[in-house]
Amino acid sequence: MGLPLPSKVLEHILSFIDSNEDRNSVSLVCKSWFDTERRTRKRVFVGNCYSVSPVTVSRRFPKMRSLTLKGKPHFADYNLVPDGWGGYAWPWIEVLAKKNPLLEEIRLKRMVITDECLEMIAASFKEFKALVLVSCEGFTTDGIAAIAATCRNLEVLELRECIVEDLGGDWLSYFPESLTSLVSLDFSCLDSEVKLSDLERLVSRSPNLKSLKLNRAVTLEGLESLLRRAPQLTDLGTGSFSAEFEPEMFSKLSKAFAECKQLKSLSGLWDVIPEYLPALYSVCPGLTSLNLSYATVRMPDLVGILRRCWKLQKLWVMDLIEDKGLQTVAMRCKDLRELRVFPSEPDLDDVSVALTEEGLVTVSRSCRKLESILYFCVQFTNAALVTISRYRPNIKCFRLCVIEPFAPDHITREPLDEGFRAIVEGCKDLRRLSVSGLLTDKAFEYIGKHAKKVRMLSIAFAGDSDLMLHHLLSGCEGLKKLEIRDCPFGDSALLEHAAKLETMRSLWMSSCFVSFGACKVLSQKLPKLNVEVIDEMYPPESRPENSPVERIYIYRTLAGPRLDMPEFVWTIHKNPEVGVSNLAIK
Amino acid sequence: MAYEKVNELNLKDTELRLGLPGTEEEVKQEQEVSCVRSNKRQFDEETRDEQESMPPTKTQIVGWPPVRSYRKNNNSVSYVKVSMDGAPYLRKIDLKTYKNYPELLKALENMFKFTIGEYSEREGYKGSGFVPTYEDKDGDWMLVGDVPWDMFSSSCKRLRIMKGSEAPALDSSL
Repeated sequence: MGLPLPSKVLEHILSFIDSNEDRNSVSLVCKSWFDTERRTRKRVFVGNCYSVSPVTVSRRFPKMRSLTLKGKPHFADYNLVPDGWGGYAWPWIEVLAKKNPLLEEIRLKRMVITDECLEMIAASFKEFKALVLVSCEGFTTDGIAAIAATCRNLEVLELRECIVEDLGGDWLSYFPESLTSLVSLDFSCLDSEVKLSDLERLVSRSPNLKSLKLNRAVTLEGLESLLRRAPQLTDLGTGSFSAEFEPEMFSKLSKAFAECKQLKSLSGLWDVIPEYLPALYSVCPGLTSLNLSYATVRMPDLVGILRRCWKLQKLWVMDLIEDKGLQTVAMRCKDLRELRVFPSEPDLDDVSVALTEEGLVTVSRSCRKLESILYFCVQFTNAALVTISRYRPNIKCFRLCVIEPFAPDHITREPLDEGFRAIVEGCKDLRRLSVSGLLTDKAFEYIGKHAKKVRMLSIAFAGDSDLMLHHLLSGCEGLKKLEIRDCPFGDSALLEHAAKLETMRSLWMSSCFVSFGACKVLSQKLPKLNVEVIDEMYPPESRPENSPVERIYIYRTLAGPRLDMPEFVWTIHKNPEVGVSNLAIK
Repeated sequence: MAYEKVNELNLKDTELRLGLPGTEEEVKQEQEVSCVRSNKRQFDEETRDEQESMPPTKTQIVGWPPVRSYRKNNNSVSYVKVSMDGAPYLRKIDLKTYKNYPELLKALENMFKFTIGEYSEREGYKGSGFVPTYEDKDGDWMLVGDVPWDMFSSSCKRLRIMKGSEAPALDSSL
């Protein structure tokens, strides 16, 4: 009894399901559901480009229209992954160009993409609409020019914090006069000046343009001219916002901003001169997102803006805001959901002390919707952490960076164990956690036990022994990404809980005491993992088995060993004869 | 990724580098550490006091604090300390308020009430015995004026106006 659901009906039902998490669940129900789901999935997300081969993905999802790929591990952002490690886009583009020519969108994060790749994208995908590159490298402005020149239906071109070899501003002039479909353009990370008149014309013929993020080279005059042509913008990244103050320029700028009645998000503001900030006042009441993290202005000027931003949901700012400025945020920005405070003096000396734990406590108390925090600070206390957790049990992302490694509670001189205990016990929906300050193994016992939903955990300069890793790997049920640096654990916890690694996307460990021998054992035990030993100083094979290795990156994969490893990356597959010598395989 | 010892030759010996003669190279090498295991217990009471009275050698930990290099490069708060040999206290200036070298040098002259000599690429500053120098991002001391203004203003960490006898050493090392 029970007729199977006709696949057409199932297809129709699935067309309402966008979330890939849900679609992944759907595909586990039975073979026919798997099949129907895969034939209808349009947006594909691959969190680790080495976890699966391009051919497998291409074959499984023939109707793919959008592909998101992530390459290097997160700690690459902080220069912990040597150049040449990998994360190349080419193998993917090559396959997709042949098999999925109807692809419309490519989104890459921390990957290496060449001009050749970009040219291939431009040439192969006739309906190509969106290219988003985040923290990518390996290409020049020539590659961007190819995209601009060839993609007739281009809607989105975003280069976010990429390292681009800048050969000049000509690339912009390659957008043909016939291109009128632009919705979003972000070239904020490029250095060279583009031709203003070309940019003006591009903006003028793009009625759908909603997001425009300029680079530093665009002047105030340029900005004013562009705003006049695009008052419909919802998302603006200004250029340098700096010039000698001229009342006439100021009033023109103010007028231009006043016309932008739909502006919701503002960023850029490099080199901003405080005298020009009031030109922004008219847009402040409408802003939901404000990125002042490159604006090196002092607290009073920041407060002048922030007290007017009563609808603000997302605020990125530097510690120049000080505790006092955060009081204003607490009072005025009642809708705040995300706060990031970056250090203005990232080199450990001369750090501003006018920003303390009190600033974050104040905001946490007053902003009921606050759920995402990134906070750099010179000092912290357990009491502050406890207070934050009590007021904000709804926190989903908590990243605290106490700048001095091993810094204890600055009042009691105790470790910050109890403070983070309160965070993981109180914030039951915590998804992402970064810890810092002086922490003993006890802190990780609490985290292991209570942080059930945490998916990503970042740890540095913490713990006393293998116990810390034991707590984490035997608890943290939802853990998918773990990154650890400079912690004193060795092999035993890692080997004991090796099976856990197959339930996670990846594990990064650097400057810990894990031995080369343990890496080999792990590789043997768990063939579904790639265990990469990254060592720039000495070839891993030349070291004794019990010597600690520099860096280890372990990730689960269906694709087997990768074929593009540089000299300084070793996996067991490289020299299978090296293998495991006299260590027993359990 | 060249390994440091090739055929048992220590390539560091033959390495060319810019810098004042007599500066200690070895200290700088130790300063970049990728782990601070040895520093673990530096927060006992006694050792804390020791730390505070030690000369301020900067230990640069790779990748710490965890700020993206993109952000680090774009974020320079441009107040720098200015010292002049013989002056009783330091001053601070905001490099952003100057657009070029002549403006900066004029401001320094006004601040410390002295005159800087004529700059030439070949010979540095001649005429007054005062030589403006700066410490860059890498910790090296350089002569003010050699690199384009933008490069200077983004990499200058502090300024020092050297006087008389010490100054010639800088010129001759170039």
